[in-house]
Amino acid sequence: MLAASCCDRRMCVCPGPRRIAIPVRSSRLPLLSDAMPAPAHLFPLIRNCEISRIGSTACYCHHKHLCCLSSHFAHSHFRYAPQKKFAALYRPKEHFNHFIHARDYASTPQRFYLTPAQVNSILKANEYSFKVPEFDGKNVSSVLGFDSNQLPANAPIEDRRSAATCLQTRGMLLGVFDGHAGCACAQAVSERLFYYIAVSLLPHETLLEIENAVENGRALLPILQWHKHPNDYFSKEASKLYFNSLRTYWQELIDLNSGETTDVREALINAFKRLDNDISLEAQVGDPNSFLNYLVLRVAFSGSTACVAHVDGVDLHIANTGDSRAMLGVQEEDGSWSAVNLSYDHNAQNEHEVERVKMEHPKSEEKSLVKQDRLLGLLMPFRAFGDVKFKWSIELQKRVVESGPDQLNDNEYTKFIPPNYHTPPYLTAEPEVIHHKLRPQDKFLVLATDGLWETMHRQDVARIVGEYLTGVHHQQPIAVGGYKVTLGQMHGLLTERRARISSVFEDQNAATHLIRHAVGNNEFGTVDHERLSKMLSLPEELARMYRDDITIIVVQFNSRVIGAYQNEEL
Amino acid sequence: MFLRLLSDIQWRAAHPKWRRMTSSQRSTSTTAEPQPVSLPAQAQVVICGGGITGTSVAYHLSKMGFKDIVLLEQGRLAAGTTRFCAGVVSTARPVSIELKMAHYSNKLYQQLEQETGVQTGYMKTGSISLAQTQDRLISLKRIASSLNVMGIPCEIISPKKVLQLHPLINIHDLVGAMYLPEDALVSSANVSLALATAASRNGVQIHERTSVSHVTIQKGRVTGVETDRGRIRCEYFVNCAGQWAYELGHSGEEPVHIPVHACEHFYLLTHPLQDPVSSSLPTVVDPDGRIYIRNWQGGILSGGFEKNPKPLFTEGRNQLEIQNLQEDWDHFGPLLSALLRRMPGLEALQIMQLVNCPESFTPDMRCIMGESPTARGYFVLAGMNSAGISYGGGAGKYLAEWIVNGYPSENVWPLDLKRFGTLQSSRTFLRHRVMEVMPLMYDLKVPRWDFQTGRQLRTSPLYDRLDAQGARWMEKHGFERVKYFVPPGSDLLDLEHSKTFYKPDWFDIVGSEVKCCKEAVCVIDMSSFTKFEISSTGDQALESLQYLFANDLDVPVGHVVHTGMLNEKGGYENDCSIARLSKRSFFMISPTDQQVHCWAWLKNHLPDDSNLVLEDVTWKYTALNLIGPRAVDVLSELSYAPMTAEHFPSLFCKEMSVGYANGIRVMSITHTGEPGFVLYIPIEYALHVYNEVMNMGQKYGIRNAGYYALRSLRIEKFFAFWGQDLDAFTTPMECGREFQVKLDKGMEFLGQEVLLEQKQNGVYKRFTMFILEDHDTDMDLWPWWGEPIFRNGRYVGKTTSSAYSYTLERHVCLGFVHHFDEKTGEKLVVTTDFINQGEYEIDIAGQRFQAKAKLYPFSSLFTQRRRKDEVELSGYQRE
Repeated sequence: MLAASCCDRRMCVCPGPRRIAIPVRSSRLPLLSDAMPAPAHLFPLIRNCEISRIGSTACYCHHKHLCCLSSHFAHSHFRYAPQKKFAALYRPKEHFNHFIHARDYASTPQRFYLTPAQVNSILKANEYSFKVPEFDGKNVSSVLGFDSNQLPANAPIEDRRSAATCLQTRGMLLGVFDGHAGCACAQAVSERLFYYIAVSLLPHETLLEIENAVENGRALLPILQWHKHPNDYFSKEASKLYFNSLRTYWQELIDLNSGETTDVREALINAFKRLDNDISLEAQVGDPNSFLNYLVLRVAFSGSTACVAHVDGVDLHIANTGDSRAMLGVQEEDGSWSAVNLSYDHNAQNEHEVERVKMEHPKSEEKSLVKQDRLLGLLMPFRAFGDVKFKWSIELQKRVVESGPDQLNDNEYTKFIPPNYHTPPYLTAEPEVIHHKLRPQDKFLVLATDGLWETMHRQDVARIVGEYLTGVHHQQPIAVGGYKVTLGQMHGLLTERRARISSVFEDQNAATHLIRHAVGNNEFGTVDHERLSKMLSLPEELARMYRDDITIIVVQFNSRVIGAYQNEEL
Repeated sequence: MFLRLLSDIQWRAAHPKWRRMTSSQRSTSTTAEPQPVSLPAQAQVVICGGGITGTSVAYHLSKMGFKDIVLLEQGRLAAGTTRFCAGVVSTARPVSIELKMAHYSNKLYQQLEQETGVQTGYMKTGSISLAQTQDRLISLKRIASSLNVMGIPCEIISPKKVLQLHPLINIHDLVGAMYLPEDALVSSANVSLALATAASRNGVQIHERTSVSHVTIQKGRVTGVETDRGRIRCEYFVNCAGQWAYELGHSGEEPVHIPVHACEHFYLLTHPLQDPVSSSLPTVVDPDGRIYIRNWQGGILSGGFEKNPKPLFTEGRNQLEIQNLQEDWDHFGPLLSALLRRMPGLEALQIMQLVNCPESFTPDMRCIMGESPTARGYFVLAGMNSAGISYGGGAGKYLAEWIVNGYPSENVWPLDLKRFGTLQSSRTFLRHRVMEVMPLMYDLKVPRWDFQTGRQLRTSPLYDRLDAQGARWMEKHGFERVKYFVPPGSDLLDLEHSKTFYKPDWFDIVGSEVKCCKEAVCVIDMSSFTKFEISSTGDQALESLQYLFANDLDVPVGHVVHTGMLNEKGGYENDCSIARLSKRSFFMISPTDQQVHCWAWLKNHLPDDSNLVLEDVTWKYTALNLIGPRAVDVLSELSYAPMTAEHFPSLFCKEMSVGYANGIRVMSITHTGEPGFVLYIPIEYALHVYNEVMNMGQKYGIRNAGYYALRSLRIEKFFAFWGQDLDAFTTPMECGREFQVKLDKGMEFLGQEVLLEQKQNGVYKRFTMFILEDHDTDMDLWPWWGEPIFRNGRYVGKTTSSAYSYTLERHVCLGFVHHFDEKTGEKLVVTTDFINQGEYEIDIAGQRFQAKAKLYPFSSLFTQRRRKDEVELSGYQRE
């Protein structure tokens, strides 16, 4: 219960739910570029508790009043506004004293920068590697293995990751889930989605077999083999509930037996939609157990994106909902690295998405549908799991909240109805699925939440991971040849290469290496330890202003096997 | 390639005779037919290597009258390291002999174009050596001092002046600089071709595309050369094969060990600047940034000596010419940073090429020349440590003199091949050592600096014991020797921070060791000294030694004699102590680095007689030097034998037992002038005797001491040391050791005539001791060696060694005083009056300190009465 109440506060009172309505995303970049290279500006301020106070005040206000501040406004006041004036304008009455105390406590250690060893222990705390086991000294899978890692910015982290091997069908599932308004939805999706996908892929006979086993109390065929970091937990309390929903799903699949072989694309779409539907239903129905009842509500009222890869031989399917991203690392013939996007972001920057949303709603709502690059001016991803506030009718929302537990009732966020809310649902969990046939030059796949993509360009990601995986010694020697290169250009290039090499040696995990770059890169694109150290030593409340949760899975492909597949087909 | 073409064209155009020859060769070589110019069957001298050193040797040999010379080059002339050389001729060298070579080279190249008609690209640009730190400036000032007294223009300048001389330099981090207006730039390949042209005019035959497979040696003499085009019989062979010298030396049945190893060396060529750099712009050396920068065709050429060199060809991968090795920009990165820091204005300058040119380095950063100790007539000139063009001219001259006259006109011991033995020719050792040597090119060179790689090769059996007691080590000829012992609990600076030109951190430690030597007793492990035994069935040993040594060795058995091993000119080839063990056997102790040289000298001079046996017993004995007034007590307690002066006088040798161990050779010498004994202990007894001595000595206050204490003790007593003060150009007469010469010993000896002549007519230099008067030990720069000596304001010579005397509480410098005629500069006889009637100053890095000259040591320093005829001081007093 303690954990639950903690979660409750996070979700409802001061979650810093950037994804919802806090325009920090845009404000964060200028902060990064302005404040970080000149840390002297930043850290004396922190010592005086000013910026953190202002920061959290702003955060708090944002949250309460949603979009009341423009990003520019927030940004400029962050750095220059006299504290008094700011406080007078936006003083949050109840919690002000509390905040000051918290800041005092949290900010004093900031004088001490982290040592490289401390930095490494933070970066490596969540790293996980999986190597596909070999048979007869050979790896016959098209996947060599994967590295994954996550770095929290929220406390607790709202990102989730999952990886599993399908045992009843071929293939491997990998996914990253970026939660918002709390982590409950992302947690649920990370636990459940792969089961839904696996079940969708199962042939009729296997489904029958499983159903019979359950029916007769026999041992169940294992469906998935999970590859989990010790910190990746499954909720025990809800497993029965989740299982029952899943069972209902496969029973329906058995009934619906079309006799056709399962198409992966269909399976993925069905699984996504079905899970989101189940989340919604479970919240509406409720549960006699008050803990579970509260849990399903939290899952439904929070949200999560999902970006899932299914790899089976040379067939790679990416199912994406929201603004996490999948990217393929391709090694060109000259050894250089390029990036191929295997997903589209579902957000305001994607014209097709904006079109789609507008198509689904009456013309009268056109203006209010997307405001400040957000759905209804509130939500950044245009597709997501959960988030029933954007899916249910107002009446349903009110009914559920009123009949729900007190915690829910007291929560201003859940009670709050989005403005211009006329024709729900505004949000869907239906994924966009992209199929890609793997080629020998496709060396790796990166699945990552937007925490990575907003700090790094995919081309840099491809290069950094590519060079990491192929090893430093494979770093192409520079040859001037006939090119026109100046001493200054060469110097810049060499400095960068040197820094890159020194950072590679520290990591045994490609995802860790990528996070190191994402957080520590300076203007030259090289890891700057001082910067990395400062970024990682930010207090919880500030961290969220400078970076987002980052979750990364790097899947390494087996070019030899893929090449063999290709030859067979030829 | 570009450079190459340029040089070829110039070379051919200038020399029709050569063009015929080379073009015919060129055409035949391209069609791969046998070459028309066949090799001679015989020659007096065969030189292998057509780079700067080979052509320089050929040039000088032919000038000196040798006619029958053949030069063989495996590829084409000046196509190896010489082709890629940066072409900087600089006299800014810390070692005096190297400085002289560079100075000569500069003068030679300057007139070479006029002499040969071959364009050498000679341009007197001057050079600026920059100092970013005060310590660096001190090292530059020291060089400037020695350049000035040689008459080479040289100036210490302010950063502002640097900017006037070279507008591109960023001077903000500079504390000063040294400007040498005479330094020059050349096209090194063309210099080499010019030398070849002149040599060929003088009759030297040059054959390209001919490689030497090995050198044949019979009975210790060179007899001929096997090449891929046939055999040439010859009297002398000169190995100028550069980085292949090591391999060539090892190719024959009897290997000649030439310790050189190549490292990749990088330099950068750029396109011209927008305002092309003037071809007269001075060369810049920024040792703290590890780079050099010269103007090059309107742009710049810049290279350096990085901290992490890349050794190559360790396995001896041979190849015809140095192929253009891979450019490695990542490796060059730090040097590029240093370049842009020094000249930020070059940011926009466009890169032309990064040249990778292997350079060969030697274990001690000095080049290698001279005759092989094992094969007479086998000469070597190699290992230029990336200064081939600066040294080439002078080194070639000295080597030619060596071949023609039997010895060069200057003391080249610091460069002599014989300073190395087989122990320095391990590939692993060389690879590791050159990785230390190459960065050292630009590291700050401070006094008493030791190499860190290739250590712990030769050690005394007591090494671990001494090390555990705080010994700090230095290395001589591969042998670990103790510098001093750090008492428990005292902290010395780490290696990098202990570098200083001022009072070192071990000052007090050595002081207390010296005090213990004076008042109680100390043990110094002196096992590294070279030890030979010479014995014969009859009188051959005595007779031979009487001829080779100046002192009278026909002394009673058990006597020890200090004597010089002199050459024909009366100069010291070695300075040793010889004990007569029996009527027919002698035990000879020489300095550590004499192991190869002395052996070769004796082998060459002793008669070829199977009844006369020379044996190197260095490894058989551990030597413990017990110094101090209580040594006698310790030893007598351990041996139950009376050791007092009546029973065991000074300069005596006796085999006796010490502790349980028998057969210990005890000699009443200490090499310091202090009372005491050296124990020569068969190595299996070493630990036992050491333990006994230390246990017994406890009540007499015994402690360990190191070589620094020994050095201070010997220098304050005016003891000269071979290799530092004495060399092949110094006679006993010149260093006040007439008493060690027995002109009337009844038989002729080497150098006798010269000594007789000197006795009658006087000497032209005189070894003198100087006591620094107004020198503050704590605040002033310490003397080292090589400091100019001024008499009445005029330069008269240089110091050869110096030490702080803890007894006199003054610095003592030893050095030679000359008498130069005020007008002509001619050397005049140095008389005692001349020495005594002068006011002296010693120049330490440009600052002059008053010094008192003495021709004899302070008698108060000697505590012990000695055997009358051998008292060193009486020798001086007699004058």
